[in-house]
Amino acid sequence: MNDSSSAVELKNVVKKFDEVTAVDDLDLTIGDGEFFSLLGPSGCGKTTTLRMIAGLELPTAGSVSIHGEEMGLKPPNKRPVNTVFQNYALFPHMTVAGNVEFGLQMQKVPKEKRSELIDWAISLVEMDGLSHRKPTQLSGGQQQRVALARALVNRPEVLLLDEPLGALDLKLRQQMQIELKNLQREVGITFVYVTHDQEEAVTMSDRIGVMHEGKLLQIGTPEDIYERPTTRFVADFIGRSNFLDATVASENEVVLSNGDRLQLQSDHETGESVAITVRPERLKIHKKGESSTDQHQLDGIVETVGYLGNAIVYSVSIDWMHLEVRSSETSNSRYSTGDEVTVSFDPRYVSVVSG
Amino acid sequence: MNKGAALSTAEPKGASRWALRMHSLLIYVFFYAPIVVLVVYSFNDAQLVGDWRGFSLGWYEAFLDNDNIQESIWISVKVCVASTVISVVLGTMAALSLERFRWWGQKAFDAVLYLPIIIPDVTMAVMMLAFFNETSQLLNLIPGVDLSSGLEKLVFAHVAFNISFVSVVVRARLANLDATMEEAASDLYANRWQTFRRVTLPQIMPGIIGGALLAITLSLDDVVVSSFVASVGGTPISVYVFGLARKGVTPLINAVSVVMLSASMLLILASLGFQRATQFAREEK
Repeated sequence: MNDSSSAVELKNVVKKFDEVTAVDDLDLTIGDGEFFSLLGPSGCGKTTTLRMIAGLELPTAGSVSIHGEEMGLKPPNKRPVNTVFQNYALFPHMTVAGNVEFGLQMQKVPKEKRSELIDWAISLVEMDGLSHRKPTQLSGGQQQRVALARALVNRPEVLLLDEPLGALDLKLRQQMQIELKNLQREVGITFVYVTHDQEEAVTMSDRIGVMHEGKLLQIGTPEDIYERPTTRFVADFIGRSNFLDATVASENEVVLSNGDRLQLQSDHETGESVAITVRPERLKIHKKGESSTDQHQLDGIVETVGYLGNAIVYSVSIDWMHLEVRSSETSNSRYSTGDEVTVSFDPRYVSVVSG
Repeated sequence: MNKGAALSTAEPKGASRWALRMHSLLIYVFFYAPIVVLVVYSFNDAQLVGDWRGFSLGWYEAFLDNDNIQESIWISVKVCVASTVISVVLGTMAALSLERFRWWGQKAFDAVLYLPIIIPDVTMAVMMLAFFNETSQLLNLIPGVDLSSGLEKLVFAHVAFNISFVSVVVRARLANLDATMEEAASDLYANRWQTFRRVTLPQIMPGIIGGALLAITLSLDDVVVSSFVASVGGTPISVYVFGLARKGVTPLINAVSVVMLSASMLLILASLGFQRATQFAREEK
């Protein structure tokens, strides 16, 4: 991605709070018009990163630039970004319209233009008719919409969202995920979205950056992250995964702990102990001895069977560990506890990660 | 019968109901009987308060004729207004600095700020007296300040104890105010002043008004500190009345008190009316 199309660029950004390093040497380029998510468990530094883009925190070292312009020590009010806060932070003494108008007033937008933009933003988030309400007279979902309108009305170059759906119940959250994504397409503004919810990140984002302990572990499309995790943490954090211990035999071969050899490309050193990760739904289950097109097969015994409606989850015990297998075959060839089975997989759906 | 408020299901019956009623009644008597007595005896046509000799407006006439009392009232009002304004500004600033910033010496300042609330009035009074003895020449160097009249001394002394009370009240309000609201304002292009003016101030206003009312009351009520620092010819009404009482309690004191009581009642009614009016105006909007 070249500079002209990057909306946000972080270079070697470090943030320390006293002796604690919250963000550790972070490099990140977010493209113009992109829906980018920072995903990670709480305390991983994702919110701190977002706050440094907003100017609410200043980095201890490194640089933050927006559309090629170095932000340096610029305070939040001098940056072309707006934030949707986790708790919305609406002004309780102002009406919905007053809240939305605030940023425009501060930028000295003329009055006629202001009311035009307010109407646009309020109808964008489908809050027409509620503009004279006070925030306390609104539901959580409605407050969320006001917070969005209040930020979007300024047509920022980048919109920063800090777990904006965290306080909503599941149904509303799922609905808002779709609406947010559509909204982003409609307004064409770069979204930087912070969340700890992997499903949310996968559903909405163009690209995801997974953070852990202040470091950015992997950046990629949701598919990249899900199908080709580069670290055990990423594979474990996003979706469910099986980890099989292995040793690197050569550039394109690893050896499982039972001696099976797998043709897999990896950039790990020969002799290094690694793990190969494979998603439960990428494992296939057969009757023992039944032929399979897959190259790799492991024999085992069904331990537990879990019926999920649209799938069945088997726990299969192989020599040295348990494998989780998720099968969408819910009627035919169903197995029960104690059955001897063979589990097979295609190496295309397997990644090698550090042990 | 009852509007709005939820009625308890366990409504008292029989004896407990009567006990509760008597309790309320007693409290009202306890609160208001002295005031009623005060007002009634201000119209007493006698030299002594306790001795009813018939209705008369004589003591009110005496009040109007007495220039010293009227001047004392003016001194009290001036000191009260000036010290309230100054202590509200300084107390609010102190509250903001303690709640919103981190700086060297903050903990010590925090502890010292509340001293005037804890230490006895007499100690405070002696402290102020000693302070003015030592520093009056220095303070006189401030343009417009002339401590010899006593008025400024009173203002200084009242500000000294009022700051603490104002900052306690304002700080309580600030502590409950979500700081991300201020971050949101600066994210929405407001500079520090605009953030304070448009977001922080409107929300801590109830605390500031509460602190101001407290400061007004404390300033008008104060006898001890004021009597130590007031100069001759510059006594506030509280100190003046205290002096009068020592010479013997005449219904003149009652008359003065009734005038002051009426003035404060009028103020309260006016502020209630003002609140109503602004509330209606807002709802109309």
